[in-house]
Amino acid sequence: MTEQLTQASQAQNLHVLLAGFGGQGILFAGKLVAYAGLLDGRQVSWMPSYGPEMRGGTANCSVCLSSDLIGSPIVTEPDVLVALNKPSYDNFVGKVKPGGLVLVDKTMIDACTLRNDIRFESIEATRLAEENELQGLANVVIVGKLLQATGFSTIPQLEIAIEKSVSEKQLWLVDHNKRALALGFEHVSGDDCKQES
Amino acid sequence: MGEKILMKGNEALAEAAIRAGCRHFFGYPITPQSELAAYMAKYLPKAGGVYLQAESEVAAINMVYGASAAGVRVMTSSSSPGISLKGEGISYMIGADLPGLIVNINRGGPGLGSIQPSQADYWMATRATGHGDGQIIVLAPSTVQEMADYARLAFELGDRYRMPAMILADGLLGQMMEPVELPEPIDPKSLPAKDWAVTGTQGKRKNNKVNSLRLAAQDLEDAVLERYARYQTIKETEQLAQLELVDDAEVVVVAYGAASRIVRSAIMLAREEGIKVGMIRPITLWPFPTQAIQAACKTAKAFLTVELNTGQMVDDVRLAVTQGLPVSFFGHSGGVVPTPTEVLVAIKKALAGELFHILPFRSKLEAGD
Repeated sequence: MTEQLTQASQAQNLHVLLAGFGGQGILFAGKLVAYAGLLDGRQVSWMPSYGPEMRGGTANCSVCLSSDLIGSPIVTEPDVLVALNKPSYDNFVGKVKPGGLVLVDKTMIDACTLRNDIRFESIEATRLAEENELQGLANVVIVGKLLQATGFSTIPQLEIAIEKSVSEKQLWLVDHNKRALALGFEHVSGDDCKQES
Repeated sequence: MGEKILMKGNEALAEAAIRAGCRHFFGYPITPQSELAAYMAKYLPKAGGVYLQAESEVAAINMVYGASAAGVRVMTSSSSPGISLKGEGISYMIGADLPGLIVNINRGGPGLGSIQPSQADYWMATRATGHGDGQIIVLAPSTVQEMADYARLAFELGDRYRMPAMILADGLLGQMMEPVELPEPIDPKSLPAKDWAVTGTQGKRKNNKVNSLRLAAQDLEDAVLERYARYQTIKETEQLAQLELVDDAEVVVVAYGAASRIVRSAIMLAREEGIKVGMIRPITLWPFPTQAIQAACKTAKAFLTVELNTGQMVDDVRLAVTQGLPVSFFGHSGGVVPTPTEVLVAIKKALAGELFHILPFRSKLEAGD
């Protein structure tokens, strides 16, 4: 399974769905993934959910990285699902492609996948962020973990993506974001879920 | 080559309009075009321009009329119900031979409808944006880069032919981010002078008049026919379409804007299965790219139109298709976006020689025309 995903990354085609509550920084996390892809010279698209579904507790964001022109920017069958809350996880876990990856913030989601055809990774992103005085940056912690789990880009590229994506009025947050990224990237996976999968 | 940056479609269009020399924006808020107006509110004053949120859509389009009469590049943007309200003013602009960019970030309709991606305004854009015997140029981008590129094209075509030009996009193209390389900025002062504009004579020339009222029937017919001759030139010389994998295609899918992206994904799936299918993507919806459709009739066995509505552009495809080739339709409406897999099913049906008009609620009752 891991091998399939690595092949997908190498083929430079990666469809990522990031989902959580509004305010968790889902759209920003997606922008970092997309920007890293752009810096790697890939075709990229970033498509937020907007409208009524945003008002029902879940915000989500589709990101496509591809070596070819991107058709539909709406990811309906993700290679990778990044879930930051339980409703999003429940909503989308069944749609992940066989051989794909589910990555969850374990502080927010007490769940293990019952699917045995996908890989499951978790990180206590929210708790780790808070313990390291990086409140509100669980979204970037989990991007670091996504990088570790898939190798979709590199730390230097994502650091540039952070510099390009943080708004001009909040430049003092750049270093915090980079620390959060490193925290997720260096995280050692537990095996708390692996027996079930 | 400039640097590629990530931008939302709405913002890229706004920035490109400023870079095309537009310094006047008049609008009224509505989702899903809001980022466009917000961008203009922030950046147009910095470029020495005027951003004005009018008291209504009707007021905004009449401000566009006024600024255009004074000879400047001017624009407004809205979404479907707002464009309906602007219809009267757009008709007056046509009648007064005034250029101007009108952006419609199409949402689901009729009525207040939904705010999700839709192509339900094709008929309104290409047949009757307002009352009367006239047309506007309509451009349909399918990427964020094209949102930027077509903004400039719309200003250029509008100025060249003295008529309003519309960019017809939707919430998907407005809200999504993609890499975009922004065009080099044009200094508005470097644009050719408009000798018809009402800029003050300073006693040096005869008055210019900008007006759509022609009470004498013969005067009005003369004006309409002069405009009609211009429309014929545009139809002959300005048709634009992008062809993808059409050369060997047995089924040619016709789709524009957001729908063309879904179709592109479906074509990739179909080609993996060895199905010979290609796409004609109209870039100009008016003038409709009849020439590209007719050229494809020499090799295609069937056409399939895919739209985010119940079947509007399919009329133009049928008018263009020669040799009695079948033209089928597949679409979703209301803001529902079809999946590539659904389109793939429709492609296979067309390939099998079926003639159909599939809407989701009656997919089992495919009625031919």
